[in-house]
Amino acid sequence: MLGEGLLTALPQFEDHASQEKKYTTCYMCACRCGIEVTVENNQVRFIRGNRAHPVNQGVLCAKGNAGIMKQISPAKLRNPMRRKPGTERGAGAFEEISWDEALDELTARLRAIRETDPKRLAFFTGRDQMQALTGLWAQQFGTINWAAHGGFCSVNMAAAGLYMMGHAFWEFGDPDWDRTKYFMLWGVAEDHASNPIKLGIEKLKRRGGKFVSINPVRTGYQAVADEWVPIKPGTDGALALSMIHVLLSREQFDWDFLVRYTNAPFLVVQTPGKPGDGMILRDADGRPQAWDNVNGGLVNGMEAGITPALFGEYVGPDGRPVKPVMQLIAEKYLDPQYAPERAAKVCGVPAEQIERLALEMAHVAFKETIEIKCDWTDWAGRRHEKFIGRPVSMHAMRGISAHSNGFQTCRALHLLQILLGTVDVPGGHRAKAPFPRHVPPPIKPAKHTAPNTPLSAPPLGFPTMPEDLVIDEQGHPLRIDKAYSWEAPIANHGLMHMVITNAVNGDPYPIDTLIFFMANMAWNSTMNTGDIQDMLRAKNDDGGHKIPYLVVVDSFHSETVNFADLVLPDTTYLERFDAISMLDRPISEPDSPCDSIRYPVIEPDRNVRPWQEVLVDLAGRLGFPAFTDDQGQPKYAGYTDFIRRWEKAPGIGFLAGWRGEQGEKSMRGEPNPDQWERYRENQCFFQHHLPENQRFYRFANRDYLDWAKEVGFNATAEPIVMELYSETLQRFRLAGQGLYDGPMPTDAQDKQRLVDYFDPLPIWYLSLEEAAVSEQEYPFHAVNQRPMHMYHSWDSQNAWLRQITAQNYLYMNRGRAERMGIADESWVWVESHNGRIRVQVKLMEGCQEDTVWTWNAIGKQSGAWGLSADAPESRRGFLMNHLISELLPPGSGDRRITNSDPVTGQAAWYDLKVKITPATDGADCAWPEFDTIQPLPGQAESPGELRYQTHEAVNLRRSLKDILTRN
Amino acid sequence: MRLGLVIDLDVCVGCHACAVACKQWNSSGTTGPLTDYDPYGADPSGVWFNRIRSFEVGEYPQSKTVNFPMSCMHCETAECVTVCPTGASYKRPEDGIVLVDQDKCMGCNYCAWACPYGARELDQASGTMKKCTLCVDRIYDEALPEAERQPACVLTCPTRARHFGDLDDPDSGVSAVVRERGGFQSMPELGYNPTNQYLPPRVQRPAQQADRPRASLQDKLKEWMARAITK
Repeated sequence: MLGEGLLTALPQFEDHASQEKKYTTCYMCACRCGIEVTVENNQVRFIRGNRAHPVNQGVLCAKGNAGIMKQISPAKLRNPMRRKPGTERGAGAFEEISWDEALDELTARLRAIRETDPKRLAFFTGRDQMQALTGLWAQQFGTINWAAHGGFCSVNMAAAGLYMMGHAFWEFGDPDWDRTKYFMLWGVAEDHASNPIKLGIEKLKRRGGKFVSINPVRTGYQAVADEWVPIKPGTDGALALSMIHVLLSREQFDWDFLVRYTNAPFLVVQTPGKPGDGMILRDADGRPQAWDNVNGGLVNGMEAGITPALFGEYVGPDGRPVKPVMQLIAEKYLDPQYAPERAAKVCGVPAEQIERLALEMAHVAFKETIEIKCDWTDWAGRRHEKFIGRPVSMHAMRGISAHSNGFQTCRALHLLQILLGTVDVPGGHRAKAPFPRHVPPPIKPAKHTAPNTPLSAPPLGFPTMPEDLVIDEQGHPLRIDKAYSWEAPIANHGLMHMVITNAVNGDPYPIDTLIFFMANMAWNSTMNTGDIQDMLRAKNDDGGHKIPYLVVVDSFHSETVNFADLVLPDTTYLERFDAISMLDRPISEPDSPCDSIRYPVIEPDRNVRPWQEVLVDLAGRLGFPAFTDDQGQPKYAGYTDFIRRWEKAPGIGFLAGWRGEQGEKSMRGEPNPDQWERYRENQCFFQHHLPENQRFYRFANRDYLDWAKEVGFNATAEPIVMELYSETLQRFRLAGQGLYDGPMPTDAQDKQRLVDYFDPLPIWYLSLEEAAVSEQEYPFHAVNQRPMHMYHSWDSQNAWLRQITAQNYLYMNRGRAERMGIADESWVWVESHNGRIRVQVKLMEGCQEDTVWTWNAIGKQSGAWGLSADAPESRRGFLMNHLISELLPPGSGDRRITNSDPVTGQAAWYDLKVKITPATDGADCAWPEFDTIQPLPGQAESPGELRYQTHEAVNLRRSLKDILTRN
Repeated sequence: MRLGLVIDLDVCVGCHACAVACKQWNSSGTTGPLTDYDPYGADPSGVWFNRIRSFEVGEYPQSKTVNFPMSCMHCETAECVTVCPTGASYKRPEDGIVLVDQDKCMGCNYCAWACPYGARELDQASGTMKKCTLCVDRIYDEALPEAERQPACVLTCPTRARHFGDLDDPDSGVSAVVRERGGFQSMPELGYNPTNQYLPPRVQRPAQQADRPRASLQDKLKEWMARAITK
């Protein structure tokens, strides 16, 4: 042990008596690690990862370690503000007002909207983790125009997973890091699970497992990959489907898994050109039919003990030809168009490498199988003595999600996982509670709005047929973002990136008030930034703004705050309560459903209020039924009281831990008046450890399914059947073909998109922008990512982190650039169909030759975020966003269509194609340049030097004797 | 006792967590504050004890990206100590940690010139030289739980790439991992005998491949049709 036998006595460096250790949850990004905050004199001495915490197990990333600099940021908002009367929107002139004034003004405005046409309020939120609350608030207000930012972040991943296997990449599942032997990482993924992925990669490598990274750029995690596969952006689907071709052609797929747990044996009607084509054959009770290979005949495909055929051609009772789903899969992907030689041309990955990677995975799955001895019971009540594990795992996020073919690409990855039998098994890709859920979860989006009336359903849900679309009788979109319209039928997270454009165009209708929370929609979180800023300023002929009233809720002086009519200042994460709820996106681990809270660790020093507190206050003022009593009086004293007492269903509330009057119940129980304190005593998280027999095969695990129903995760305890073949997609496709018995589109483009992209089996197609622009004119793919020390953080004003990166460059493959005469650190013009930017180049080896890329969200508007007007972020840093249009290039008709995935409406950030030319004008700064944002009233000048410390340093002195006797 | 760090280059992803954790702890540590210059301005910089160098090796597409965290190596033959005219720089005999007595340092920069690893940082505000202390103000603090008596960079490392311990003790974890993984010193040819060591990337064995041969689609579907698996 250290300290024994020391020659020199050490002074007491830390005065522990004046320090206090408090626990809360980090919010420097979306990873939600547990932190221990040492506080000294109401200042943060040290933020450390909580060793007991299920997410980060004691570690903490660069962002989490820089929390002090967020807390002392000079860009913190200090008071509510109103745009100064008589000044122009976007000019940045504000006056400070009191909270009473601010909330009276807002309440009056909202009340008038709610009394007339509630959907004239649009409420969109950024990287918040309180969608269960904001969604409930919108539902109670009665507006369908609510969503968070998932439409430009992750919806392709969430939707692909939930419509196929009941959980997903993103936050709904994780590789089984403790057992996996082969890990394939697809695309940019410095991610939601920031620290868990890092912890996991180390475990994998220590075990001698293989880490394969498929990514056009070798930065971040790719640095330690055993094999780097530099793929052309947007072609991952072609690669995955070619791997499927290899697996099928070598009979490397998990027969038992497919028969037992997926719809692979279900029979599909084969009557092309007729209604009902492509639908699953069902009996009079709606049960899917399979062909029994032993008894020879149709059977209920959901019955245990049948021996269904996976292959063959059969005839239904009505004479219609039918084939099992697996037969369709084999026919489709064994076609030579999916052969590695063909995929190699698309992806730029050699055919031999494609084949080898597929067969390596097959070897691990089928020859290096692991078994965990455990008695468990399957959905049909049969006992098993072991869990069979196929230790191949994958992760994917933004790099797949941000393409207009991302939904189908993600489906291709899941199909690959399912064929290998690696879903929710030991060593594979495991679900995290409340997932798995049924495919898809049985919630439909709200459609109808009425004055002073809550919506009958949540604004967001999971359509399964054209009848579920949020459109009017004529087929026109009802939501401002056109989610759930023919343009984006399965837009489960909304399309936040379309809100400003649509509202300004009055298409489908004008709105009155737009509330943005924690979303920088006038800068790096929007496409087409310059035009969007103009739209926010745009006025009607009568002089009123096209978006009449813009409310911005944020903690910091962002570019978007600059455009607000009303600014509501939020707290920092260290100053607030939060519930990271099981009703939302909790912090669960595969073995343990978990949730967590934030508990304030320091007192705010300014006139700010947590937004969730303000939401509960507004809900009471506006008289929302769920927030008021019989007399119409506010029912809750505030946010913490609301979280403690509100119940979604009897016994089910926001927090699952320490329920019951004495805190004796977990997951379900009466509200506990002491619940917040009990969380605090447990270091701000709750963890329910699943019994061993409920940890795997949960889609078909009787004990788990029963428990999941009991605690409210799922509506039924029926097994969750993975849908390799999606009937939902086929219904929409039939609508496009004019063969659906229900709503059908009338516009030719809408019809064609349904036919082309709603294939019930995964497909790959050229991304929509790439297909619309000339390859000769725009030869480069342009993508972006964020450095690990800034991923998902929204504050490059952070004085420590900006010392690591304060300027982004355009990175290019060295050989390619040099052939074009482009030198390292020179300036170039980058041009897309939407615009051009001038940026500085850096050359590197680890970049696919047809790809250029940059760090996103480093570029700032001059004067924002407490930075000086000449900060490198604004002078030389840049946004790629200017090049990306929120609309596809004009096609044949006059209608412009969203630049998004045609299925989910996911913003297609990564489809960008550009050309690059050296800048010969001698300039040494980025273009376009923007006006410098004015300081806010009362804003102190940012300090020219920082000497942060919470106590005077205790120096360790060297004795004179030591100096004289040594050296 | 010869305390030092062992850093695993096989798993270091260059995330900068160690650098910022170091900055955070030491800001209020024994040689704090670690001054930041122009923190919100045109040229932000500051005093850091630990910096990550990232570079590429080889040419596309065989190129590799290497992340190489660098801080004071606590050398056995610490030239920075030898050249110090005031006796402020010293190597503790009991544990080998190289420190700078802030009361005796006059900021002459000799030590920075002597150090080949760039580990020394002059704090322009205090006019004194500062550097990695191996968190001497944490590792001996008995008020901390034993598991936390580690340098801040080691505690925080999300890929567990950083190990701390006594490299004199053959039974210590750090000595064992250096033996097993072939740990190496940075620039040993310079003769300073740095205490810190780096672990090289592991060499992957070629992965095995499944080997069932191809058959014709016709034959295969026929054979597959007849197969009976019980649901």
